[in-house]
Amino acid sequence: MLGSRWLPYPGMSLLLWAVWLLLVNKITLDHVLLGALLAWLMPQVTRLFWPAVPRLRRFDRLLAFLGVVHWDILVANVTVARLILGPPSKLRPAFVEMPLDLDNDFAITVLANTISLTPGTVSADVSEDRKTLLVHVLDVDDAQALIRHIKYRYERPLREVFPC
Amino acid sequence: MEPWVEWTVSIAILVGAVFVLVGSIGLARLQDFYMRLHGPTKATTLGAGGTILGSLIFFSAQRGALSLQEVLITLFLFITAPVSAHMLAKAAMHLKIGRRSGTRGEPWDQ
Repeated sequence: MLGSRWLPYPGMSLLLWAVWLLLVNKITLDHVLLGALLAWLMPQVTRLFWPAVPRLRRFDRLLAFLGVVHWDILVANVTVARLILGPPSKLRPAFVEMPLDLDNDFAITVLANTISLTPGTVSADVSEDRKTLLVHVLDVDDAQALIRHIKYRYERPLREVFPC
Repeated sequence: MEPWVEWTVSIAILVGAVFVLVGSIGLARLQDFYMRLHGPTKATTLGAGGTILGSLIFFSAQRGALSLQEVLITLFLFITAPVSAHMLAKAAMHLKIGRRSGTRGEPWDQ
């Protein structure tokens, strides 16, 4: 295991390194080194702000999850475009309360963001006990079916990605 | 630049622009605050995605090397857009902004 003192957040360091190289938009030795230095230094300096960054359990599941989400965004955008251009009086908006099976703040955040990014649903609030998520839906027929869909398609893979 | 590259770039940008336009139409046309929230969050996904794809292909072809800087725009959008939508919804519920009649379910105020 990588030493926690020497490199407290290896995942974050890797991300910062990638972001640096993308920002300068070229890969030369000096930027690779400078990026690595910053990626090592910044988590050290800001470590007090990151009380609990969860460790990823299954990286392959995370990639599969990202693939599913991107595809859903693509498909659902077309659906929502059709809803917007159709007659507004036909829409059936609803607030839906969804029970959460995740108990990790970071995982809940990822789930809420995913719900907001996939068109037709916006996460509106999380209950204080972190057990329920309030979701506003633009057009829904069967709210229970929607909850089952979100649970099966997004929450279940997240439970495998993050330790819960 | 090859003609097929120009075509691909044009199509990507046009598709992106159409979705941003639809998002804006939704913002103007939908009936209550919560429904309007859906317009902008949508435009930032596929609309920005199409525009970014066009930019990515254009600059990669122009430089003759892969340009991935645009990926960062997607990353930052995907982090910030849902959070701002969430905060807007939370603020609207706190101010008890009215819903369209026929909306099922109750907003919270906590």
